[in-house]
Amino acid sequence: MAEALLNALDPGAIVLGVKAASDHDVIRILANRLQELGYVKPSFADAVIAREAALPTGLPLGGDNNVAVPHTDPEHVLKPGLALATLAEPVMFSNMEDADEKLPVSVVFVMALNDKDKQVEMLQEIAGTIQSPAIIASLIAAKSIEDVSRLLG
Amino acid sequence: MAKQKTVLFACGTGIATSTVVAHAVEDALKERGIRINTRQCKATEVAGQIDDVDLVVSTTQLPKDLGKPVITTLAFLTGIGKADALDKIEAALRD
Repeated sequence: MAEALLNALDPGAIVLGVKAASDHDVIRILANRLQELGYVKPSFADAVIAREAALPTGLPLGGDNNVAVPHTDPEHVLKPGLALATLAEPVMFSNMEDADEKLPVSVVFVMALNDKDKQVEMLQEIAGTIQSPAIIASLIAAKSIEDVSRLLG
Repeated sequence: MAKQKTVLFACGTGIATSTVVAHAVEDALKERGIRINTRQCKATEVAGQIDDVDLVVSTTQLPKDLGKPVITTLAFLTGIGKADALDKIEAALRD
């Protein structure tokens, strides 16, 4: 089903039950994974954090389990990829639509994008995942990479 | 129907959430019998791109007084309020 999403999601860039102190903290953990795996340049982490401050990516899903999708400009990306973190305790992200509103976020997708026309499918599948409260709840409960693959597969 | 209208989709980077929203709106409007031209840009580029567009749909806050109708919505990302947002877009395009 969500083939493009699973293809983009490197198992080495899935981190479950992260204990993160802040939005910056979780972005850096995932950005570092993407850098180690060869998806992004060393400049990526700082660029995503700067962009998150100016143009936040928290998406309100109407409850306590909200999602954030931090990303940045293509110049910091080597090849398209996706990193996923679930958080042991939610951290606060600002709402994309209203930066003054803070949202507790439990699932973070850091996206490395360089060509929107080629990554449409992956982006649509991320949106599809976000729009399923059952999948989001199951992702938060996932204990292993296999659980994640099963959920998104 | 009248001339096909152009909708400018904006988000922070002009490549991520506006891509999802542009495809979702284009498909949903097609089901309602409305065809649109779509364009995408960064939120910071909207003012320079707005002259020949009929409507702007954004996932992030835009400057005020752009001189064209603007709908800011996360409905096509979160799924919440999608039908309402589509109604608003359709109404703006019928004006």
